[in-house]
Amino acid sequence: MALLDVTDLSVVFRRRGEEPFTAVDKVSFSVEPGQTVGLVGESGCGKSVTSLAIMGLLPKRGNQVTGSVRYEGTELLSLSPDQMRARRGKDLGMVFQDPLSSLNPVIPIGIQVTEVLEKHRGMPRRKAMIEAEDLLNRVGIPDPRRRLTEYPHQLSGGMRQRALIAIALACRPRVLIADEPTTALDVTIQAQILALLKELVTDTGTALIMITHDLGVVAGLCDQVNVLYGGRVVERAGRHELFELPRHPYTHGLLASIPRLDLEGDRLVPIPGSVADNIPWDGGCAFAPRCANQIADCTARTPELTGDQQRLLLCHNPMEVAVR
Amino acid sequence: MTEMLTGRKERIDRLAGDASVGRSLWSEAFRRMRRSPVAITGAVLVAAFLLLAAFAPLIAPHSATERFPQLLQDLRADHIPGAQPGFPLGSDQLGHDLFSRLLLASQQTLLVAVAATVFGMAVGMLIGGTAGALGGWVDNVLMRLVDVLLSFPSLLLAISIAALFSQGSQWTVIIAVSTVAVPVFARLLRGSMLAQRHSEYVLAARATGVKPAAIVFRHMLPNSLGPVLVQATLTLAISILEAAALSYLGLGDPNPDRAEWGLMLANAQRYFDVSPQLSFYPAIAIIVVALGFTLLGESMREALDPKNRR
Amino acid sequence: MTNLVEIEDLKVHFPIRRGLFVDRVVGHVYAVDGVDLSIRRGETYGLVGESGCGKSTLGRGLLRLTEPTGGRMVFDGTDLATLKGEDLRRMRRRMQMVFQDPLSSLDPRQSVESILVEGIRVHGLDKGVDLGKTLRDLLTSVGLPHGSLRKYPHEFSGGQRQRIGIARALAVRPDLIVADEPVSALDVSVQAQVINLLEDLQGEFGLTYLVIAHDLAVVRHIADRVGVMYLGGIVEEAPAHELYTDPLHPYTRALLSAVPVPDPVVEDRRERILLTGDLPSPAAPPAGCRFHTRCPWKQATRCDTERPRLRAVESGHKVACHYAEQIRSGELRPHSVEPELVPELVLDP
Ligand SMILES: Nc1ncnc2c1ncn2[C@@H]1O[C@H](COP(=O)(O)OP(=O)(O)OP(=O)(O)O)[C@@H](O)[C@H]1O
Ligand SMILES: Nc1ncnc2c1ncn2[C@@H]1O[C@H](COP(=O)(O)OP(=O)(O)OP(=O)(O)O)[C@@H](O)[C@H]1O
Ligand code: SF4
Ligand SMILES: [Mg+2]
Ligand SMILES: [Mg+2]
Repeated sequence: MALLDVTDLSVVFRRRGEEPFTAVDKVSFSVEPGQTVGLVGESGCGKSVTSLAIMGLLPKRGNQVTGSVRYEGTELLSLSPDQMRARRGKDLGMVFQDPLSSLNPVIPIGIQVTEVLEKHRGMPRRKAMIEAEDLLNRVGIPDPRRRLTEYPHQLSGGMRQRALIAIALACRPRVLIADEPTTALDVTIQAQILALLKELVTDTGTALIMITHDLGVVAGLCDQVNVLYGGRVVERAGRHELFELPRHPYTHGLLASIPRLDLEGDRLVPIPGSVADNIPWDGGCAFAPRCANQIADCTARTPELTGDQQRLLLCHNPMEVAVR
Repeated sequence: MTEMLTGRKERIDRLAGDASVGRSLWSEAFRRMRRSPVAITGAVLVAAFLLLAAFAPLIAPHSATERFPQLLQDLRADHIPGAQPGFPLGSDQLGHDLFSRLLLASQQTLLVAVAATVFGMAVGMLIGGTAGALGGWVDNVLMRLVDVLLSFPSLLLAISIAALFSQGSQWTVIIAVSTVAVPVFARLLRGSMLAQRHSEYVLAARATGVKPAAIVFRHMLPNSLGPVLVQATLTLAISILEAAALSYLGLGDPNPDRAEWGLMLANAQRYFDVSPQLSFYPAIAIIVVALGFTLLGESMREALDPKNRR
Repeated sequence: MTNLVEIEDLKVHFPIRRGLFVDRVVGHVYAVDGVDLSIRRGETYGLVGESGCGKSTLGRGLLRLTEPTGGRMVFDGTDLATLKGEDLRRMRRRMQMVFQDPLSSLDPRQSVESILVEGIRVHGLDKGVDLGKTLRDLLTSVGLPHGSLRKYPHEFSGGQRQRIGIARALAVRPDLIVADEPVSALDVSVQAQVINLLEDLQGEFGLTYLVIAHDLAVVRHIADRVGVMYLGGIVEEAPAHELYTDPLHPYTRALLSAVPVPDPVVEDRRERILLTGDLPSPAAPPAGCRFHTRCPWKQATRCDTERPRLRAVESGHKVACHYAEQIRSGELRPHSVEPELVPELVLDP
């Protein structure tokens, strides 16, 4: 039994006067302690919705979440809102993309950290302050004592993201979900944050679910990678296997279309069209209209997820050759 | 991303060939309004009002000023006659046909509201447009003036302006009401133009080498027209209310024979105990018409909001 | 090759104003502070650097879309700083710009046709030509269907909108195109389409590019020469290949080592130079070398007192560091740096 087990998770948005829209479609994956699992894909492929569904943070109305999310065997989807609230922070922590909008602008950072410590770990105020200082120190915020009294807008973007990570870590969650934690940051700051997350995973055995659209981040950080397209996992493999020989035409296409910092540039091979050019999964492969490997089956039958522990694929006609 | 929400068939069609024809933001907004019940209600009320105003002289059985001796007999006994053959809503306190007066008054109301809105909009846009286009000290000076006007409560301002004229007339009302509208339009247009001065498409136009005047007239003004139009519709509603209020307070043309909803309301008040219908009809007319314009304006604002685009 | 653009000691300082009644200038944001740069005819010059280092301001200052505080910008022999009104406007035909956000840089109420025609008309390029054919050719060049002319920007996808922006720049047949983050707002899979398009157009129309980007991989791919900016100044400039294989400035080294590469084998082997702390505020840049507060190679002398000039270490390879040679030879080793506090700059632009 894995620490967190997501099975056939689906999220359907229903709005009045509109066709139901399946944002996440039978997504399954699991994380072990000390493991980092990546969810990659372009804008709108359902990464954030997946993480919100796991955390029980999707609004109650207008959507339908099915499947199962088990944390140490407990089904999270059937917990009451109160029970779920108690688990958030304690068992499952989350870091969002935009640190400014996820911090309360009118409360000093210090209070925001100690609040969590007092509430979830039952610490007295004084002890919480000391612990908070220690936390800020651990995430690499210089002069933590002074920072504790400052407001979010007084911190730079990188410092805010650190503060947010400190808050997420305050309760020592065993699973941390990071939704594009570095997308808003500069590369040198991104490198600092990624190093911090890596250290966290190796030192404390936290399980990390890393959501990003940057294949480079995935290559350096994730043990296992899930590639999402149109709400479904289209390919899953260990990072070495995945990057060595991406089998799904979408993964393959992504890798061929991004320029590499460490290689002299050949002409890039773009994926034609855009993410809006997809057909629904129920009548074929959503990627078919943009796919270089398309065969007749692709627009006739929905592909099935096939493969083993090493690699899972959702494709009628996978690639056989490496990218470069 | 919203595109993903459309149906399968539609999506496949879109992939097969480009069928859409090029819809400007205006025509998209118009399409959205046609689907909105609020917009339709507003439009129906406004259209009914416009039609009634246009054809009032044909529909009205009598003139607005003719006093009928047979009705006046009762009046002397302090009784205001109700509905009777030839007078669908009965008489007013002077022996006029109430129905005809209500109908014909719509023309007055329309004239005052449109004139006040057009004047207010024209002057306001001139001030706001100049301030927004030129910026700098011109902007500073003009906007301080506007601030002064804005610092008075609007009705109070209208009353003071109307009171400046020794002899009240409908023009007094128009001037007073349009003065109140001026700062609203000036603020609105200036804000929108200033925001656009820093927008990327204006920067892009400068980078292309478009002349400064052309940037103002081709980019900044057209992109401000949406909010101005919305405001104009809402101002029509407000003007109707304010004009009525001024007449009610006796700051318009005091001639009691004149058919005007606000004035009718004012004169009817003394008879409220015995004949509440005298107050009731003009009040309803004012409210319904103002509501029509407000609904239309609000739904237009909704439809023009880029956030609601689908 | 001759230089199409020569920038000398370009400065763009934004006053910081405070005060309730009378605006007082309480300081300046030194967005661009003394940049020398030349762009050869027909080449692609890439400008990289982190957010807020002044890349966009440099591009806009060059085109005089933002008024420079000082310095010279010579475009094909003409000093742009001396041009006024109508002359400058006419000169704009030859230097165009492509923007980061394709939607907000297109007027939402203009059809594609009117967007493209606008520039053609104001520069009188419509006289004696078949306008319809010109427009169709333009669309073909940027890979948009001819039916696009009657459509409006909101009816296109992000990648297509950027194509419209590029077509608008091309319409007036410019010599220079300043592309400010032309792909960073686009989805990964669409970026390559636009990068390839820019490359094709350069060959087809003999364009010179100044490409501004924060994505170093994109810049390496597209640029012939690259300049690295830090806090308003260029700290290193070299041919693209050389910059990536032999970075000399400590900041360039740190920057390059921080970019993740989509290859686990490379990632596992890489040595990261992790910078501590944040970018100092451009309103109060450090004295001496602007990088000295974060530099792992900072020395006790000169670094915090004397601002290093951009000097040629090799032909074509310039660097603004006092100790570039010793760092390259390995004589100087990196050391750890105590992070300094950098309060977030609270400015309303
Ligand atoms: N509350 C909602 N109601 C309806 N649709 C939604 C809602 N939230 C998200 N969606 C849709 O679900 C899809 C997946 O969204 P999601 O935010 O998970 O994408 P993402 O992969 O995180 O993309 P990004 O990289 O842009 O953050 C999108 O098409 C989005 O429009
Ligand atoms: N109009 C302005 N008024 C005042 N300050 C400005 C103005 N424009 C830019 N700045 C400031 O100048 C500095 C440089 O800005 P610039 O936009 O050139 O950076 P950049 O390198 O393009 O960054 P990014 O990658 O975020 O686009 C920033 O600190 C910015 O806040
Ligand atoms: S001059 Fe000094 S501080 Fe600046 S980069 Fe070189 S070594 Fe570092
Ligand atoms: Mg997301
Ligand atoms: Mg910029």
